[in-house]
Amino acid sequence: MLDIQNLHARVEDKPILKGINLAIKSGEMHAVMGRNGSGKSTLSNVITGREGFTVTQGDVNYKGESILDWSPEDRALAGIFMSFQYPIVIPGVNNTYFLKAALNAKRKHEGEKELDAAGFLKLIKQKLAELDMDTTYLQRGVNEGFSGGEKKRNEILQMLTLQPDLAILDETDSGLDIDALKIIAEGVNQFRNVDRSLLVITHYQRLLKYIKPDVVHVLIDGQIVRSGGKELALELEEKGYNWLES
Amino acid sequence: MNSEQQIIDSNLKKEYEYGFVTDIESETLPPGLNEEVIRIISKKKDEPQWLLDWRLKAYRHWLKMDEPKWAKVVYPEIDYQDISYFSAPKKKELASLDEVDPELLATYNKLGIPLEEQKMLSGVAVDAVFDSVSVATTFKEELKKEGVIFCSFSEAVKNHPELIQRYLGTVVPYTDNYYATLNSAVFTDGSFVYIPKGVRCPMELSTYFRINEAKTGQFERTLIIADEGSHVSYLEGCTAPMRDENQLHAAVVELVAHRDATIKYSTVQNWYPGHPETGAGGIYNFVTKRGTCLEDNSRISWTQVETGSAVTWKYPSCILKGDNSVGEFYSVAVTNNYQQADTGTKMIHLGKNTKSTIISKGISAGHGQQTYRGEVKIMKGADHARNFSQCDSILIGDTCGAHTFPYINVRNPSAQMEHEATTSSIGEDQMFYCNQRGISSEDAVSMIVNGFCKDVFKELPMEFAVEATKLMEVSLEGSVG
Repeated sequence: MLDIQNLHARVEDKPILKGINLAIKSGEMHAVMGRNGSGKSTLSNVITGREGFTVTQGDVNYKGESILDWSPEDRALAGIFMSFQYPIVIPGVNNTYFLKAALNAKRKHEGEKELDAAGFLKLIKQKLAELDMDTTYLQRGVNEGFSGGEKKRNEILQMLTLQPDLAILDETDSGLDIDALKIIAEGVNQFRNVDRSLLVITHYQRLLKYIKPDVVHVLIDGQIVRSGGKELALELEEKGYNWLES
Repeated sequence: MNSEQQIIDSNLKKEYEYGFVTDIESETLPPGLNEEVIRIISKKKDEPQWLLDWRLKAYRHWLKMDEPKWAKVVYPEIDYQDISYFSAPKKKELASLDEVDPELLATYNKLGIPLEEQKMLSGVAVDAVFDSVSVATTFKEELKKEGVIFCSFSEAVKNHPELIQRYLGTVVPYTDNYYATLNSAVFTDGSFVYIPKGVRCPMELSTYFRINEAKTGQFERTLIIADEGSHVSYLEGCTAPMRDENQLHAAVVELVAHRDATIKYSTVQNWYPGHPETGAGGIYNFVTKRGTCLEDNSRISWTQVETGSAVTWKYPSCILKGDNSVGEFYSVAVTNNYQQADTGTKMIHLGKNTKSTIISKGISAGHGQQTYRGEVKIMKGADHARNFSQCDSILIGDTCGAHTFPYINVRNPSAQMEHEATTSSIGEDQMFYCNQRGISSEDAVSMIVNGFCKDVFKELPMEFAVEATKLMEVSLEGSVG
């Protein structure tokens, strides 16, 4: 699904990623853990093609194709989704409209019929119930006046609606209370299947209590310094990151 | 021969008495402005003496005035002697839509304008049984039943001279400003509305108007009177792009609201903005719009969506004379390519407990330059007057500009004023968020801009809110790379 080879990237003049190698197969969930400033968010931004992140070396392959020249929307339409660490507010644009536009852009891209308002409403109401969200959500502006937890829940709702093949969860657990965390974890677990891959980027291992990654990577100063099973997350929780630093 | 033709003919004959030589074949006066021209206009329209006198007073006053230069707009000097001030409202009819500029048709389709209406807008001959015509007739009958008068200004002069004489120039006097004074001297036609006491106008005065819109001239005059306890919603303009051979448009709109009356006036303006790369040939829209809340508990609300014209100079205003009267101004203005707009409002508070709300949303893209200019005046007797103003601008790209000049003049210490202003560009983060969800940049811009304008669009009549949304997409097309 995703194959990252010797990836180097910089933000302005500052090198952030210094040779990342990471391969995620279909059906796998990987976690990338690291402290603030280790390059976690840069990694997710480079994969999704955000402006301002320059790849200087290496490649990112998705489903066997290099995607570095692709626009962000082409990557999204091809099935790459990111749950934002800080979801963006778009005042005055209601969630229904936004999500319907996104879903229909994808359906159109895949040659499917676009959903009409009634069809979309039916779908979204079901997803809202799964995430224990209120239907008043539909009339509100995109992330407008949302609490931290509501914003994160909204990201997962979008993921469940858009059904991507590769989902990147960038610090989705931050700012959530334990109940919200459980609901989100449930949503993510339900999303997992043999055809989908997940990349979970996190600072702490608390989300990993509820969703079990196949592989855990530790990112320090733009490089993956260690990879292992889910027990590595627990080890990090106990010992911190220092013991891995050279 | 119909009576209208007879009137024109007889007037054409009379012209000769005044020694004015004109080509009888054509129904357009040669360029130039003098008292004779005004007399001819008045005669062609078979106007009473008092109206001619009023026009002449305006003209003589205009001669002493200077064109205003304070607006933040740049355009070449206008030669007022190079304009023809009377042109019979007759358009060359085309046989079918095939003869219409394909670019224009493409825009109509993007806006989702029905085929029959496209024909009407582009001047294609339509069947006598054309639906809208009969719809218009039905409307007329329904209005008549309620006692609502809704007709062209010229008809009103003929059929309701007492109303015209009583109200004309009471809100915008003929001495008001350069363009309004010029309009007072040479206006050709426009609309007149009278809503009798206690009547709630049974429909938006819009569909009907759109059918007549294609024939309006460059110096339009509109007068709307809402008598005690009445209510009217009026819509002017059209989302379809309007081209016109006349570059200068100087309209005047006067609104009068009596006790407990409400007038809601919505405008969607999409005049030709000029060549996208040079701005050449675009319309200059220098309009004076003002309403008076004459008596207690009256309300006037202006909603405008301005996307067209090369240069816009426009300040729909409210004079809040009656106690507890309310004035509102909701505006969205778009300047793209080389468009310039200097627009805003004036709220003059005279009565007690008067309240005004100003919400202005400006969008600049390309090389567009936009100015919000607004004045809120609280006069001495306006105890406990309140105003809320919010002026937001959004910039798309780095070659456009947004400017805000709010003037506040408070002469009563009990006034409450609130003013908020923001200027922002469409955020990279918002664009990326949309892109990451698979939404193209073009769609993202229109979505973000429409969200930005929501507070204003929700004030528009339903049908036009939908059209306005589409209009934004078309107006901002190509503004992101």
